[in-house]
Formats: sequence, C-alpha cells, structure tokens
Amino acid sequence: MAEASPNVFSHRHLLGIQGLSRPEIENLLDLAEQAIEVSRQVEKKKTVLRGRTLINLFFEASTRTQASFELAGKRLGADVMNMAVANSSVKKGETLIDTAVTLNAMRPDIIVVRHYCSGAVDLLARKVDCSVINAGDGSHEHPTQALLDALTIRRRKGRIEGLTVAICGDVAHSRVARSNMILLSALGARVRMVAPSTLLPAGIDRMGVEVHRTMETGIADADIVMMLRVQRERMDGAFIPSTREFFRFFGLDAERLKRAKPDALVMHPGPINRGVEIDTEVADGPQSLINEQVEMGVAVRMAVLESLSQHLPNG
Amino acid sequence: MASSAPRSIALLNARLIDPVAGTEAVGGVVVVDGEISAFGSAVTVANVSSDAQIVDCGGDIVCPGLIDMRVFIGEPGAEYRETLATASKAAAAGGVTTIVATPDTTPPVDDPAVVDFLLRRARDTSLVRVLPSAAMTKGLRGEELAEIGLLKEAGAIAFTDGAHSIRSAKVMRRILTYARDFDALVMHYAEDRDLASSGVMNEGEFASRLGLGGIPAEAESIIIDRDLRLVALTRGRYHAALVSSKLSLESIARAKAAGLPVTCGASINHLTLNENDIGDYRTFLKLAPPLRHEDERQKLVEALASGLIDVIVSDHNPQDVETKRLPFAEAENGAIGLETMLSVGMRLVRSGDVTLPRLLAAMSSRPAEILGLPQGRLSVGAPADLIRFDPDEPWVVDPRRLHSRSKNTPFDEARLEGRVKLTMVAGRIVHE
Repeated sequence: MAEASPNVFSHRHLLGIQGLSRPEIENLLDLAEQAIEVSRQVEKKKTVLRGRTLINLFFEASTRTQASFELAGKRLGADVMNMAVANSSVKKGETLIDTAVTLNAMRPDIIVVRHYCSGAVDLLARKVDCSVINAGDGSHEHPTQALLDALTIRRRKGRIEGLTVAICGDVAHSRVARSNMILLSALGARVRMVAPSTLLPAGIDRMGVEVHRTMETGIADADIVMMLRVQRERMDGAFIPSTREFFRFFGLDAERLKRAKPDALVMHPGPINRGVEIDTEVADGPQSLINEQVEMGVAVRMAVLESLSQHLPNG
Repeated sequence: MASSAPRSIALLNARLIDPVAGTEAVGGVVVVDGEISAFGSAVTVANVSSDAQIVDCGGDIVCPGLIDMRVFIGEPGAEYRETLATASKAAAAGGVTTIVATPDTTPPVDDPAVVDFLLRRARDTSLVRVLPSAAMTKGLRGEELAEIGLLKEAGAIAFTDGAHSIRSAKVMRRILTYARDFDALVMHYAEDRDLASSGVMNEGEFASRLGLGGIPAEAESIIIDRDLRLVALTRGRYHAALVSSKLSLESIARAKAAGLPVTCGASINHLTLNENDIGDYRTFLKLAPPLRHEDERQKLVEALASGLIDVIVSDHNPQDVETKRLPFAEAENGAIGLETMLSVGMRLVRSGDVTLPRLLAAMSSRPAEILGLPQGRLSVGAPADLIRFDPDEPWVVDPRRLHSRSKNTPFDEARLEGRVKLTMVAGRIVHE
C-alpha cells in the first residue's frame, strides 16, 4: 500500500463521488486504513482537528451515520455539535439557506449535512465559508457510504478492479446505489444493478452498468452482493405489490446466495429490514460484512475529515 | 394611453417586416392618431407631412409589437413578485405590446369584477395592453364551469386555468362544449398530475444522475391526446398553451390535418434550452412543463419553422428568492421572460433554423389571429403597436437591470444579440 497523504485531496467540500479522481479515491481509502489502526488502539485520539468545530446537521433521522461522523470527529480532536433539526427553527419554516447562514455565523470548520432533497447539500455549501460534507442528499449521493463500502471490499478482497458487484433492491431511490455505481466503476469493478423495473431509474441502461431484472441472473457469479434498504412506503402497491412478493423475487436468502461465487460477500448499508430484502440467516452469516461496514464507516469519515482539514482556513 | 402622443409619427429608413405576408422591404411607417396610416417603401422623408415627429431608424427592423399569450403577473395578490406596472415596463423593454395575463392570481380571475379590476388597473398603470384571460373553472379547481359568458362580456380574451391542468375528461368536455357557444378560446396547460407525480424535471438519464424525480413527456401528451379527442367531439376552439414534446406535436399535427380548430404554443425557454442547462440544480430552470432532452428541443424548433407550433410565449412567471432559493425539488416552477423573449428568439434565426419573419409571426400575427385582435400586423388602419429592433446589437443579460420586479431569468449572464430600441403602443412611444 502506498503511503497515504492528505495533500492529494484538492477539494474544499465532499459533496459527491462524482468529480473525484481515481487517485483521490484511492488515497482516501489508504488514509482510512491508517485510521482503522487508530480506532483499534486504546488511545484513539489524534489532534488533526484540535480546536476545530464540526456540526452534524441532519434534516433526516439517522443513527449510524450521525454517530459515525461524531466519533470520527472526536477521534481527530474536534468539538462536535449535533443539531437536532426536528426541534429547531427549521421546522418553523426557516429555509435551508437561512439555517446555513445562521450556522455559518457561528464559525464552524466543517458541517456534515444530510437532507431529504437531492442537491440540497450543494446549495448549502455555496452559502457557507466552511467545509461541507454530504452525508446523503435525497436520491443523489452518499459519498462516505460508497467510500466505506469500497474500503470494506478492498480489505477483504485485496482489490476492487475486476470484481463483479451486484447492487440489488431499490436502485431508483437510492443515493447509496448512485455513489457506489460511480465509485466502483471508477475503480474498475463490473457493476450490476438488480431490481424490478419499477425500482430502476430512467436511463440506467446508459450509465455504464449491467442491468438485471431478476436476482437469479443478477447475482450469478458475483463477488459482492450489496443489498439496498427498501423503504416501507415504497411497498404496498406503490412500486412493488407487497413485502412478501418482493422478498420472494428480490430478497436475499441462503439458497439464492449460492448463485453468487462461493466466496461472495454480502453487504448492506443498514439499517436492514430482516425478511424484506435480506434473510436473517444471511445477514448474520459468515459471508456478511454488515458489521465490518460500520467499523469502516468511522475510519473513512476520519480520512475524509483529515483530508478536508488541510483546506480549512489557518490550517 | 394615447393622451400625450403626438398626432403623427413617422418611422423612416427601416427594414419593414410584415409577419403576415412573410415579406420585408426598406421603407417607413406613418402613424396618425394611434393607427397605421401608411407603410411601405414609398414612405420616405420626402412625402411625410411636416408636422409629423420623424424617427430615423437607421436600417433597424420595424415590425408589429409582440403579443405574448402567456404571462403570469401577480396582480392582484402577489404584487411583491410583479405588478401590472413592472410587468409592462419589462414588456415594453422587450418589444411586447400586448400581454395576455393568466388568471391564477389571488383572488383568481373567475369573476367578472376581477376582469374589470384588471382592465382598470392596466389602463391606469400599464405601458402596454393587458388582456386578462379568465378561469375556465371556478377557483381554478377543475370542477365547476366558470361564468364563461359573463367573463367574456367583461372583457376576458380567452379561458384557461393557468398552471392548472383539468384532471377530469368530463369537465374538459363541458368546458369545450359550453365555450363553443360563446366562440370562446380554451387555452389549456396539459399535464397528467398523477403521472407527473413527484417529478420535478424531465425524466431520463440526467434526472436519474441528479437523483431528481422525473416527469415523462407522456404526462403532457396523454392529456393533449385526450383533449384533442374531446375537441373532435365538441368542436370547441382549443389552444394547447405549452407543448414541450414530440409526442404532443405529432398529435397536434394529426388534429390540424383533420381540420380541427386546434392551435398550440411553446415557450421561448423550451425552444432554446434543454434539461442539461439545469446543471447543478439551477432552480431558475425549473419549469412546467420541464425542460426536455435536446432531441425534443430540436423537434420543437422544426415545428416552429413549419408552422405546426403557432405561437411563442414567454411564459413569464416571476418568482422571488423565497420560492427559488430552495432545494430543487422544493423550488417553484417558472422563469421571467418578457424582456428577453425576442433577443433569445434571435438565436434560432442566427442558427438558421427559423426565418426572422416566421419568428416574428409566432410572436405577433399568429397570436393576433388566434385571439381575434386587430394588432400584430402591418396594415392601414391597424393599431400602431410597433417596435424598432436592432437585430445585431449585442448585450449581456444582467438580472439587476431587467425591469421585472423578480429576477429569476434562466438567461442570467447570457450573451444575446438583438435589442429593442423603441416600443410604440397605439401610436405612443412607451420605451426608447
């Protein structure tokens, strides 16, 4: 592994995987490898962000991503503040821009934003002086999830180039699918999207991925089977007729998993719906990387924070 | 409006374009008492009466003022976005001499008293002619017929529910049937809201990459198809207010070939921009219908050139910061366009896709024919609504210098060629 350097990263914000070069992505993964070591020590503190303020601004509830960023920030020495948007003036009609301007006046160094609208993090980033990290915007991008997925795969498989990765489930509404598609393709993986047609986005056939409409063909000989969370509100006839029908045709159980390579690994961004997109036996089984993904999440976010820190004023 | 106008004005040394005949000639126009009294190559300084005010046009184009069939103003109810006065300044600066105002105001134009209010306000505050269109259903709710007869008597020029599309085929049938008895024009915005669902831009690869919900072209064409069947059934006069797709054009071409009383319009935005212009979630390009794929835009331009598309509208829709500076999905639809419509349209002339007389016809004489107006043409006795236009003058759009009260132009910082130098309404110069 090459020695990772934060200097390779040339951006002030991390708004998406789109726009990152392959060396930038690989360097972030290398940096994250080092962060894993830090996280596994008893003394987990670094000082890269000492004196810096990180604000978690989540317009959409998230336990794991928010906790992951909080830990990553604290392990690098930052002061971390979590904004509980549900109780704030945002609910009283304050616009996103007003919120951004208000927070900006408090002089944070980094704002981590999750928002239910595609493009909202972009918009906010244009109105603040600090660095902004996209922790998920609508159905657009979730770059740190894609990075942590790539890190998990690379550590287990030793490479990404040439692997067949099947991304299965609600592709149409998934920011995880989009970011992973861009990142994994950039690193040379063969990416498949596997979903019923109602859960595939328009124009998917022109995005450089293989499209499959059955699990049987979709995960055949795959190295990685990445399941996506299916939101409850998409069930009940809106996009798919029922939970049980979805599980019957697109759920991942042990029997179906046999179609993938014998050493195939199973991933899921969480939180999982047991018995909807994934069977408990598989989720908790030996091929599952789901808990490892969580550990990699903290490491990747430390790497991202460290890379952005070099562009902070007075940095 | 003509109170302070001199009795006679002569616009001389001009490139006269007659959009009806599709011809041009070097010459002049004489205006007396608000009407065109003479025009043509015989009109020169030698034969104009000595008491006339003379304007030497230096070879600029002189043609009928533009008639914009789809303008949202905001008065009454949204004066912070636009008033008749500010819209009329933007119109005059853009060469638009007649505005057809949409009825989706607060309150909506579904009562003769509101038509009367608008006509009086326009008389008192507007530099250009404002013709109110009225709702075709009460409260623009798409359920009960508006008082089409009384509204027409009060001065409503046509009937539309503005940005609202009629969901029920039964209601649409009744509107067309009833409107026919009054020879009233029905102008409909076609969108199947169920199919459009939560979409916010054109469906396709670009929307998918941005993670934005898509609206398929079928959301428009299914309603157009339904409406055209109902026109065949009722023989009501029907104008598809905004078409944006090849599918709709094919249906309209068939209806026209079958002799149905059908016309259609397209916005200047859809003729000159495509979905890629949205770029990084630029909300000023969030429109209804959405900007489409470049292939669709080219089909629209072809249809404009062939005359299948009858009219070009600005679809002027002033929005302020509070409704546009939002995440794309939450921002309002609409863009201003009165002041830039003609200059932007010149792009189509420069690219060789459309002739200048055809462009001008779609913005003046065709709307006049559809609405039954005497203006929009060069003929003796016609109202002297005229513009002088330098087709080559370059300028850069600076939103702060536009006259509209709202600044949501999709042509922010665009380099345009062609600028209106003089606008005359009923013989009175309202912009110079």
